Amino acid sequence: MTKEEKYNIARWVINHALKNGAQQVSVTISNSRSSSVEVREEKIDTLEQAIQNNLTIRLFVDNRYSTHSTNRLNQEELVRFIDEAIVATRYLSEDPFRLLPDPELYYKGGGPDLKTVDSGFDGHNPQQKIELAFLTEKEVLGKDERIISVTSSYFDGLSERVMVASNGFEGDSANSYYGLNAQVSVKGGDARPSSYWGETDIFFEKLKKTGIGSKALDLALKKIGQKKAASGKMQMIVENRLVSNLFSPLMSALNGSAIYQKNSFLIDQLEKKIFSEKLTVTDDPFIPSGRGSRHFDSEGMATRKRPVFENGVVKNYYIDTYYGKKLGMNPTSGSNTNLVFNTGENNLDELIALVQKGILVTGFNGGNCNGTTGDFSYGIEGFLIEKGNIVQPVSEMNITGNMKVLWSGVDALGNDVYKNSSWLTPSILFSNVDFSGV
Amino acid sequence: MKTTRREFIKTSGAVTAGGIILPPFLPSFGAQQITENVKNYLDHFEVTAEILHQVMAAAMSKGGDYADLFFEHKKSNSLALEDNKVNRALSNVGFGVGIRVLKGDQTGFAYSESVSLDALLNAARMAANIATRGNGFQSERIIEKIPANYYAISEKWDDVSVEQKVPYVQKINDKIFSLDEKVIKVNAFLTDETSYVLFYNSEGRLTYDYRPLVNFGAFCIMQKGDQIENAYSSRSFRVGFEWLTDELVDELAQEAVDRANILFEATRPKAGEMPVVMGAGGSGILLHEAIGHTFEADFNRKGTSIFSDKMGKKVAESFVNIIDDGTLVNNRGSINVDDEGNDVQKTYLVKDGVLNSYLHDRISALYYGVEPTGNGRRESFRSIPIPRMRATYMEPGPHSREEIISGVDYGVYVDNFSNGEVKIGAGDFTFFVKSGYLIEKGKFTRPIKDINIIGNGPQALADISMVANDYLIDNGSWSCGKDGQTVPVTCGLPTVLVKKLTVGGSV
Repeated sequence: MTKEEKYNIARWVINHALKNGAQQVSVTISNSRSSSVEVREEKIDTLEQAIQNNLTIRLFVDNRYSTHSTNRLNQEELVRFIDEAIVATRYLSEDPFRLLPDPELYYKGGGPDLKTVDSGFDGHNPQQKIELAFLTEKEVLGKDERIISVTSSYFDGLSERVMVASNGFEGDSANSYYGLNAQVSVKGGDARPSSYWGETDIFFEKLKKTGIGSKALDLALKKIGQKKAASGKMQMIVENRLVSNLFSPLMSALNGSAIYQKNSFLIDQLEKKIFSEKLTVTDDPFIPSGRGSRHFDSEGMATRKRPVFENGVVKNYYIDTYYGKKLGMNPTSGSNTNLVFNTGENNLDELIALVQKGILVTGFNGGNCNGTTGDFSYGIEGFLIEKGNIVQPVSEMNITGNMKVLWSGVDALGNDVYKNSSWLTPSILFSNVDFSGV
Repeated sequence: MKTTRREFIKTSGAVTAGGIILPPFLPSFGAQQITENVKNYLDHFEVTAEILHQVMAAAMSKGGDYADLFFEHKKSNSLALEDNKVNRALSNVGFGVGIRVLKGDQTGFAYSESVSLDALLNAARMAANIATRGNGFQSERIIEKIPANYYAISEKWDDVSVEQKVPYVQKINDKIFSLDEKVIKVNAFLTDETSYVLFYNSEGRLTYDYRPLVNFGAFCIMQKGDQIENAYSSRSFRVGFEWLTDELVDELAQEAVDRANILFEATRPKAGEMPVVMGAGGSGILLHEAIGHTFEADFNRKGTSIFSDKMGKKVAESFVNIIDDGTLVNNRGSINVDDEGNDVQKTYLVKDGVLNSYLHDRISALYYGVEPTGNGRRESFRSIPIPRMRATYMEPGPHSREEIISGVDYGVYVDNFSNGEVKIGAGDFTFFVKSGYLIEKGKFTRPIKDINIIGNGPQALADISMVANDYLIDNGSWSCGKDGQTVPVTCGLPTVLVKKLTVGGSV
């Protein structure tokens, strides 16, 4: 489906809904193409190809609201789908807070190219892609007698979408991705520890294509001999790519819906300092080739660079149009783009050297955080550190605490930003964490 | 049981009525052999037997050993309540065909969201590429496989209007507010889903299923002074609209309020290893994480599961019997036929303490030389089938709940969970406890909340030292994720003592 075809369907759907009883309508149409190959034992294990379409319509009918989506985009199906949706919406209770955004807040175009799509997406040789998966596997095969299984994958995709709203918004965006990863299992006593490593990029040329298999193997071998350490209060380093696990409860707590529903531990905390001085995070939508870069959000509102936390002070709630009206606040946006963390001076090894007694967390295993209170408990694995040195791989342990306390006790930030994500997190050293083990 | 002549005729008659056979020596019968059921499903997906044959020939054109077509049409509808009003509706429609070609244990897969012949042939040719040498496959047989009937319903969700459903969502909100003055917010929801499935494979098997699924529940937030707590209750079954009753509303409302109320007094236990009593019901999450996933045969075939070399070995006390069952009536985890067209079973994973069977899909069953167990499931037509659980539970044992609790000197009792996870190779599994009780000298002393519990699968299984006679399936809306695919499941457990697990808490 071309961009123009998507715009035409979206405009037609809006007209049809307005003519049949809706007062406001917004429509998003997306399509995506993806392919993947997984190899194992020097042959292709799975080869997958997909083409997907979706239409989502948000209907505002007589002060009532509903959303509907379908992948059946022929006109006859769509007429039935929209007409039924309008009838269904009329049975709901009125909700005066449901409206499209103020048109003043819409993205009006003219922004720079954010470089989120590889224009040569279709030009890459499929045979070369399959070969990359085999080469990744080859980095591992025969390298160590303890290897049980190696699986490596190449995958890519392109997704394109247009959005049209009845009060004057039209916009489109596109993203591409390419990825390569390896999963390696090794034998170590009774256990069969496994590890994974992967790289992704928006551009095929920039995708890191070597070293992935050997990295996964190295990580798996280091896990051999994992055991539980003694329970205790210790320092904790969380590896850069895993910081998001501990940061996402903070982001959930900043969400307008959570604030309004009293399901947040950050209610009434705007402009208050409740976290460590070292915590400074900025939401920046305009980073060229940032994984979360975009000019407008899911409602069409123009994105803006905003501070989220500044030296431990809460600077932003994520407020969409609906919860903005309910909370009596100006909408910001209901979702984040790229999150840029301030960094420190040390790389991971230097952070480890700072620790007298602690644990480097290299994997999480389950657990959860109570959104209302911020109380958390997570399973972890990693390495015990004593006097600045790694002494033992550990697993089957829990960390337990409260998010407000945890993020108040940041001892140091790494300089090793994780780049395979829209959350640009460094490794972080936390103080006084409760570990349960033996 | 003896088969009498009369019964034999009855059985035989049923088979003929279902039109199971098309003898290959009567090819001219082909087109006439389509039953009413099959025709309805073909019509639903706007295809004909002739189209199935053409697409199958394209899928097998490069020399695949086997191929299947999985047509699916899924419609879901949700109602959501916030601020005392049912003020949001959501719906989703997914329609398409997944086409899979196997060459040995290699898989080629593509799907089409259109059922035009061109689109279908295109997807079939993409999937066919897993094989490389054509062998002139001819598809002409249709052997109808009549599916089981584990979820008969009387009122189809398709025929129920939003107007009929709204009052139940409203009532659960009103009931929760009426039960406790501390309630400050309620979010309630009702989601119904209807899937039509048509399956056809290169062996000629054609089968179909109609899968209803409903999920109903509420999330309540209560405040006492400065303290705010939340709790959740839900039920999910493969049932029709007739299932919704005022009694159900009352039960769910009471459960949410009770669960939130416990939390105001709850604290965290001391961190470390201790005995864990798993209360009857939702504690089945222990089986799902500690044992279930590691028994999925794809992991074992690849040698990556910690149970890979334990088949036929004693792994637990002899009173431990663990089952994965796709046949429970109206259960959320049940399926009339799996997503590879196979019969669904009640499968013993552990029988009398001995590892008895893995959970198989077609590929792993061939690899191990066993019959498929009916565990080949997929999230939708967009995904390949892989071994998945259904309802995973333990049979009752010889002990009583009272005797188990009274024997614990210091430990925890847990019965309300939110989520769990497992590392297949290391065997480390976890589950998150929303609430439970501290046990001191055989008695509940105070409630506990928000702790993660972690253990090792084989060790935990061996450490199950007591099993009570109070078996209970939990009918909450459990969903299981694997390889990016989510499927509905359930779990159950009698009261069980695990001698030692590592409990999160304060140091």
